[in-house]
Amino acid sequence: MAVSPALYQVLAAVLFSIGVMGVLFRRNILVIFMCVELMLNAANLSLIAFARALGNVDGQVVVFFALAVAAAEVSVGLAIIIDLFRKKGTVDVEQVSLLKG
Amino acid sequence: MLQLFWLIPFLPLLGFLVNGLGLKWMPRKAAGWLACGMVGVAFAIGVGALFELIARPLADRSVTHVLFPWIMAGDFHVNVAFMWDPLSAVMTLIVTGVGFLIHVYSVGYMRHDEGYKRYFAYLNLFTFAMLVLVLADNFLLLFVGWEGVGLCSYLLIGFWYTKKSAADAGKKAFIVNRIGDFGVLVAMMLTFWTLGTLTFPEVFHRAQTLLTPGTAIPTAIALLFFLGATGKSAQIPLYTWLPDAMEGPTPVSALIHAATMVTAGVYLFVRASGMFVLAPTALAVVAVIGAVTAIFAATIGLVQTDIKRVLAYSTVSQLGYMFLAVGSGAFVAAIFHLMTHAFFKALLFLGSGSVIEAAHHEQDIRKMGGLGAKLPITKNTFIIGSLALAGVPIFAGFFSKDEVLYSAFTSQLGNLGKLLWVIGAAAALLTAFYITRLVVLTFYGTPRDKHLFDHAHESPKIMTVPLMILAVLSTVGGFLGLPLIEKANVMHNWLGPWVGGHGAEEAAEGAHQGALAQGETVAHVGVGHSAGLEVGLMAFSVALAIIGIWAAWRVYAKEPSRAQELGRKFSGVYRVLWNKYYIDEIYNAVVVQPIVVGSRALWRVFDVGFVDGAVNGAGRVLRATGSYLRPIQNGLAGSYAAAIMLGAILIMGYVLLGSWR
Repeated sequence: MAVSPALYQVLAAVLFSIGVMGVLFRRNILVIFMCVELMLNAANLSLIAFARALGNVDGQVVVFFALAVAAAEVSVGLAIIIDLFRKKGTVDVEQVSLLKG
Repeated sequence: MLQLFWLIPFLPLLGFLVNGLGLKWMPRKAAGWLACGMVGVAFAIGVGALFELIARPLADRSVTHVLFPWIMAGDFHVNVAFMWDPLSAVMTLIVTGVGFLIHVYSVGYMRHDEGYKRYFAYLNLFTFAMLVLVLADNFLLLFVGWEGVGLCSYLLIGFWYTKKSAADAGKKAFIVNRIGDFGVLVAMMLTFWTLGTLTFPEVFHRAQTLLTPGTAIPTAIALLFFLGATGKSAQIPLYTWLPDAMEGPTPVSALIHAATMVTAGVYLFVRASGMFVLAPTALAVVAVIGAVTAIFAATIGLVQTDIKRVLAYSTVSQLGYMFLAVGSGAFVAAIFHLMTHAFFKALLFLGSGSVIEAAHHEQDIRKMGGLGAKLPITKNTFIIGSLALAGVPIFAGFFSKDEVLYSAFTSQLGNLGKLLWVIGAAAALLTAFYITRLVVLTFYGTPRDKHLFDHAHESPKIMTVPLMILAVLSTVGGFLGLPLIEKANVMHNWLGPWVGGHGAEEAAEGAHQGALAQGETVAHVGVGHSAGLEVGLMAFSVALAIIGIWAAWRVYAKEPSRAQELGRKFSGVYRVLWNKYYIDEIYNAVVVQPIVVGSRALWRVFDVGFVDGAVNGAGRVLRATGSYLRPIQNGLAGSYAAAIMLGAILIMGYVLLGSWR
């Protein structure tokens, strides 16, 4: 039985919202980072669902790009987090507010 | 040579560039001789070009060499072009000839000075600027030279810039001249506005047709140019800088502040005489100011005790004579007196330099006396210069001063001219008196400072030879303008057709040719025909000169105590003269102090309050706004994320709402 395309979108929206809430309300920077990944992949899911539903590969191509960029972003992001931990000894974003006016 | 005349200004410029750029590595000796050589070669080219000019027919004696077009803006065309005609030739030879002698003299006079090379660089730059001034074929290029000599004058007055009085004197000269330059600029604009050109021949040609004689515009142009001339040529009211300019090295005083630069105003008036004859009122003003300056400065010269200051006031006074001649319409006489004055005043200044060096930089004549025994050459040449200045016959000054006075007496000014003649004659009497006083106090009598006298010594040959050459020129220079005999008056035949405007030019040309053809001896064309009157006036002024010399001799040589007695008797007059009529004090109170007070007020109120206030206010506003907005940037990643989300929701909401409509 084919699942309705709308359900995929609902799932993507739920995943995205979870990611947003995580970014906004969690304090551990690693968790925030994972939530960002969650948002990205929610968007990917949405794109693939649309691509499948519309019989068009454009969406899938975009997802490949997004995955590649996300991989690079993860490596940079993790490097920053490790460095931050070495400097500050914490992964709590509330404790790190160097760039304030 | 005639094709090469445009090189004349560039030789000193080359000397300036080499000496100026090579301040570090030029050998001392080479620097001095290079500077002399450049001026000497320029003089040689000038002499060659002069002879080629003489060989040409009268109407053909003007050569213009265009170097390049300078400014082309609409109707406004100015070339960098030099003009070689009888007037610029005479001026060029004076500048390079006297300049060369003074350069050579400086090699001796400045030999121990630290700034030797800098000195010669400036001196060459001055010569360049002065030559641009006299050779320029338009007002604008003339003005470039005019400003250039002003700059060099400033640099050389303040040559010993570590001395405050010298630095101040330099600034004073520069600022006072700036007032005059304003007049020159406005006059040039007015000339261009009415005539549409600044090139000399065209200006004079158009002035004949476009300007109505005696109306406001030519008068205004002439008076504004005269304002510039009073600054540059030290006439009332802008003469005060010249006596202070004596702070510079003495050869500089001789070259710039006696022989050449200060005569630039006279030259300007003779050069542009074709236009100024259209403004008789302005010329009358020029004559009056000239005569008044002549006597005014002479009276101050009577009591000064600084050897150079006496000569400085004498220069102011003699320049007054030149303007008296210009104002009387006797342009040739003005140039004639300019030339003889260049000879004898350069001689007197260089002689005073020799005295000052012998006296170990003492300039106070009250401490001198009896120096004649120690300085025979200086003394004898100085006396020749003094006789020329006093107007004793056969010496140069006699002929030129006499011609000036005669032309004032017979000028178109009528009775005013006769009054000016009286003033001029009185000034001549005073001139004879003060210069004799100077000679007596310096060279005769008993030494008043034994130490100074014992250490005095004659200057080296390199300084005395220029003195002797100038003494010869001061003696024979006057024969170029012999009175009474038309054919023998070289100056008149040479310059006469070239000054005073086209109408006069043609008339004079015709008359000259007629006279020359018939081989007649007649009185000066355009000056008057009464030989008897001329002889009478001449005899009178000779008598005045002799009375002046005799009186000064009696007072200062025979009975030195009389001088003090006279000073006490007329202590009021004496004090006024000693303080130079308090003119400096008056200018200080009337002009300088109000400006200082006004500037201070502007500084405190406008600058601090308004300008600084605006700048600081702008800063303060930005800081205040910043302090309110700064907390937004709190450094917490979460709050930024929230802001991004809020923004995204708002945009999405807007898009969705828009799509529903």
